[in-house]
Amino acid sequence: MRLLRWFIGLLIIAAFLYGNFFIYDGIILYKLINFILFCALFVLFRVLFGPSPADRIVAVDILGILIVGLLALLGLVFDQSFFMDIGLIWALMSFIASLAFAKILEGRYLDD
Amino acid sequence: MTREVIGMAFILVGIMFDFFGVLGLVRLPDVYNRLQAATKCVTFGSAGILLGVFIIQGFNNFGFKALLGIVFIFLTSPVAAHAIARAAHRSGIPLTKETVVDQYQEDNELKD
Amino acid sequence: MTLQNRSRLFVFIFSFLTWLALTNVRDIEEVVAGLIVAALVTVVAGKFLITSEKSGHILRRIFSAIKYLVKFLWEMMKANLHVAFIVIHPYLPIKPGIVKIKTKLTKDSAITVLTNSITLTPGTLTVDLSPEKNEIYIHWIDVLSTDVGKNTKTIGGKFEKLLTEVFE
Repeated sequence: MRLLRWFIGLLIIAAFLYGNFFIYDGIILYKLINFILFCALFVLFRVLFGPSPADRIVAVDILGILIVGLLALLGLVFDQSFFMDIGLIWALMSFIASLAFAKILEGRYLDD
Repeated sequence: MTREVIGMAFILVGIMFDFFGVLGLVRLPDVYNRLQAATKCVTFGSAGILLGVFIIQGFNNFGFKALLGIVFIFLTSPVAAHAIARAAHRSGIPLTKETVVDQYQEDNELKD
Repeated sequence: MTLQNRSRLFVFIFSFLTWLALTNVRDIEEVVAGLIVAALVTVVAGKFLITSEKSGHILRRIFSAIKYLVKFLWEMMKANLHVAFIVIHPYLPIKPGIVKIKTKLTKDSAITVLTNSITLTPGTLTVDLSPEKNEIYIHWIDVLSTDVGKNTKTIGGKFEKLLTEVFE
């Protein structure tokens, strides 16, 4: 049963990789950006169906770090350095948000 | 030309590790294991992408921003993971059934 | 020069250099704005960078820091390959648990760097620090033993010696 589930997951990932890298017709950076968005889909699964609140907080924290890489690649595509400004601010804000969520989960409040 | 090839290789490796971390976030059984896999791999992967962008861009504005992004990510993401793990344990989210030992719980009970 | 003033000087120089790297400077106005911002940062948060006197020669400490960085990057590489192996294995070979280790470090900055490195190295994640700051609780994905002394040597031992040279 477990092996069957593993195999179905492998098939989905392989289908995505084949479609992205061999059928889709774009420059290589677009293909890589599609790959990161596919990863973000997995994170969103954890945000939607996470059994406990802590799982959702972990997923949001990870999404914040993933977005920084995505923004760096977007800046490389359009050759604009202001994307990296957005990335830096995003990293700092998501760090503060994670700390605040963790504190509220623990049962304390922000002025504590 | 060689600079772009080396930078592209770094970006590819980074995206691969991003993907492994996100896969761990979906597959592993409880919040602490998910936090481990996701924090390690996604931090390393995003740092790899930013390093690749820095190598492609060289010492201009964009490159320096990417370097600063690496420093931010390496400093902030372990701290956020630590805060979330502590908050999850204190708010009583159980460990998975396969857990063999929990000395933190034992010490907390000893103190009360 | 007192310790606080030296700390303020370092913060000022560091934040001004960061400003110069982030804006590609074309006019004198941008430099003036950078000076003002760096001064503001120094007034608000200047005295927290250096809080205690360190012993040991500066060159030897920099050399130890470089050695530590190389070791840390190598361990991090191994950690990522380890996680990748676990994640693509169909049966997920894990044996998790929370163990306790002891540390001999006393400075706050040294303990912070130690816990961050433990989080980013193979199979371990820092959960909490005891109130006396001498015991660290660690979530371990593949528990080998539950003995405190042995775990201290396995998990913290590789970084602790180098960190003692750098920070104390």
